[in-house]
Amino acid sequence: MTAVISVSGLRKAFGRTTALDGLDLTVRAGEVHGFLGPNGAGKTTTLRILLGLLRADAGSVTLLGGDPWRDIATLHRRLAYVPGDVTLWPNLTGGEIIDLLGRLRGGLDRNRLATLIERFEFDPAKKGRAYSSGNRQKVALMAALASRAELLILDEPTAGLDPLMQAVFEDCLAEERREGRTVLLSSHILAEVEKVCDRVTIIRQGRTAETGSLAELRHLTRTSITAELAQPPNGLKALPGVHEYHAEGTLLHCQADTDQLDGVLRQLSALGVRNLVCRPPTLEELFLRHYDVTS
Amino acid sequence: MNGTVELIRLALRRDRVLIPAWLSVFVLLAVGSAVATRDMFSSTAAVVAAAESMNGTPALVAVYGRIYDPTSIGALAMLKALATGAMFLAVFSIVLVVRHTRSEEETGRRELVGAGVVGRHAPLAAALVVAAGTNVVLGLVTSLGLIGAGLPVDGSFVFGLAWMSVGLAFAAIAGIAAQIATNTRGAVGLAVAVLGVVFLLRAIGDTAEVAGPRWLSWLSPLGWGQQFRPYAGDRWWVLLITIGFAVAAAAGAHLLVARRDLNAGLLPDRPGPATGTLRGVFGLAWRLQRGSLLGWAIGFVVYGVLVGSVAGSIGDMLSSPQAEEMFKKLGGDNVLTDAVFAAMFGFLGVIASAYGLQVVSRLRHEEEDLRAELLLAGSVTRARWAASHVVVALGGVAVLLVGAGLAAGTVHAAQTGDVSVVGKILAGALVQIPAAWVLVGLAVAAYGVAPRLVVAGWSALVVFLLLGELGPLFGFDQWLMDLSPWAHLPKVPGSAFTATPLLWLLVVAAAALAAGLVSLRRRDIA
Repeated sequence: MTAVISVSGLRKAFGRTTALDGLDLTVRAGEVHGFLGPNGAGKTTTLRILLGLLRADAGSVTLLGGDPWRDIATLHRRLAYVPGDVTLWPNLTGGEIIDLLGRLRGGLDRNRLATLIERFEFDPAKKGRAYSSGNRQKVALMAALASRAELLILDEPTAGLDPLMQAVFEDCLAEERREGRTVLLSSHILAEVEKVCDRVTIIRQGRTAETGSLAELRHLTRTSITAELAQPPNGLKALPGVHEYHAEGTLLHCQADTDQLDGVLRQLSALGVRNLVCRPPTLEELFLRHYDVTS
Repeated sequence: MNGTVELIRLALRRDRVLIPAWLSVFVLLAVGSAVATRDMFSSTAAVVAAAESMNGTPALVAVYGRIYDPTSIGALAMLKALATGAMFLAVFSIVLVVRHTRSEEETGRRELVGAGVVGRHAPLAAALVVAAGTNVVLGLVTSLGLIGAGLPVDGSFVFGLAWMSVGLAFAAIAGIAAQIATNTRGAVGLAVAVLGVVFLLRAIGDTAEVAGPRWLSWLSPLGWGQQFRPYAGDRWWVLLITIGFAVAAAAGAHLLVARRDLNAGLLPDRPGPATGTLRGVFGLAWRLQRGSLLGWAIGFVVYGVLVGSVAGSIGDMLSSPQAEEMFKKLGGDNVLTDAVFAAMFGFLGVIASAYGLQVVSRLRHEEEDLRAELLLAGSVTRARWAASHVVVALGGVAVLLVGAGLAAGTVHAAQTGDVSVVGKILAGALVQIPAAWVLVGLAVAAYGVAPRLVVAGWSALVVFLLLGELGPLFGFDQWLMDLSPWAHLPKVPGSAFTATPLLWLLVVAAAALAAGLVSLRRRDIA
């Protein structure tokens, strides 16, 4: 697959603050790529460099085969962007703004827009100043989704949306993927990324900490086990690859390294299993480990 | 009123540089004028001669007001400072009040504060108290400065009161404007429009004959400032009028505040079209700026009509036969009328430049409020986006001045029955355009480097004005005064027209614009 976005060794400093310190990112055509990191990790700075709003200090950036700093007018016809913080013109209506943004990137799919307005339960006749922050976000989101752009760059697009609207957004994103559009989705909402993304890049302090498909990332990690046993789980704690061990009577909660899972399960069945829940780690757990946050 | 004290402290903390900086400029202007004029006149006779020729020149009376005691050197020395200072002070008070009321509300900070123990009236009250306090301190420091410069004590205090009164009046007017308009620009624009109207009332009242509508000056807070007559009668009692007005207007603003919702103006929002017709950034810029341009254009046309109708009768109003004789020798009856037009359009040129700067400043706000980002993520180059507003600035300046020139010319032609004057008067307005474009160009050039630097345009406007006002007083070197684009304009109608300086101004403006657009291409977007 060809790379739609390819970034390597990207550096950017604002005065003495280093925002990006050798970031790498590759987004392949047709995938939904999650771009994860805590606040201040450099997600928005990266996206703004991809949009040609900021100039990179060092490193190479290729976007849709072009240079995002130089080829603004041609590249931007092929992409749509939703900023994390949407401000609207107070005296224009939402409908007018969606139309304008659509025209600036080469046209809107009218039918798609009408469906989106209905699904997002949006009133396009209100003035910009009257919208709540969630509704402002919908304006940018619908303009992007209804465009014919081949690449969508979304910066924490659901931050102001309520859970119902987030579900609508996830459905829309799944449709985008079926139509073969490429999406770069920055987020710190892990459940969202987990549901919709094919591959993930995790960044921390301006560097890429990890990148790969969710399956690949989980490979490096542990499985969570919750079990009710016939007898207290004696001896289990000492097994290789067992972490976060908590036992209360016959109730057990622990994590096991994936390559040691076999031995752990054998020991469990020897003890007698009444109830067993095994699940892959959530991205929360991945995240906590990456950022060394103790639970 | 809960929380007023805390909000006052917040405002003072935020303006800890702004207020002292402005204060110093005003005190310098006053003391500078006093010191510069003090030693210029050797005898009372010289003072009287100068004062009478001032009073005998309606164009000067219209812009600066009258000297009410021709023998008083204080009145002569402080005439220009009193008038120009009062105008600046009015603008300063307007900015100060709107900044702490409507701007806070528009940006949502008011909401953050309002959730605390803060009464509905507190933000307005705090803003008015801060503005009033600033004006009182300003009046006092100015008075002391003038006394220090050797002017009479009574007159100096009255001068301070006159300035303070104008500032107080416009603080209260801005308080009302901030309740009516729903955004900062609207509120400032509304209050400045009031300033324009009362300037005109005073200009007409002051130039009127004794039997004419001199009472018009009494309808104008700027007129009250003049009627304190510092160093020329020292009328302390005018303070009763000004304080009365300020208190009444402030109370009016508080009544309005109690009758509206947060973030709302007096007019409710109505739904608009659900789909748009904006074709691109030029359409957007026009849409964003057209309302304001319409308001300004109405103001300019009204001003033109008034100037056109007053200027013709000014020849009859000469209070001094000597002055009349002098002007006639210089080139006939028309010279006087022409000089009035030239002076009035000079004033309009400054105001039109301010309009241009306001339009260009929009670039900064669009960028800092992240709305530019939405557009620049589309297939719009930065130069094209910036040009969309710059075109409105350049075109708007031209429209305003042409409108005023045509209005003045047509009205004057109707009075005199001589159609040929239209072109001549219009030319007086047209020559102002290149100078205003230079200021627009400077602002764009500064904006290209960094968004906040767009204020350099406003600084340039103030510096050029001061060069024109103070330069001759202090005997600045010619090259210094030549920095101001207005120094190069032919004084038409009246004097000979020369195109060369205008062409140079156009070249400078174009170069500055190009520099701004190029450097905008090279920097990070905020």
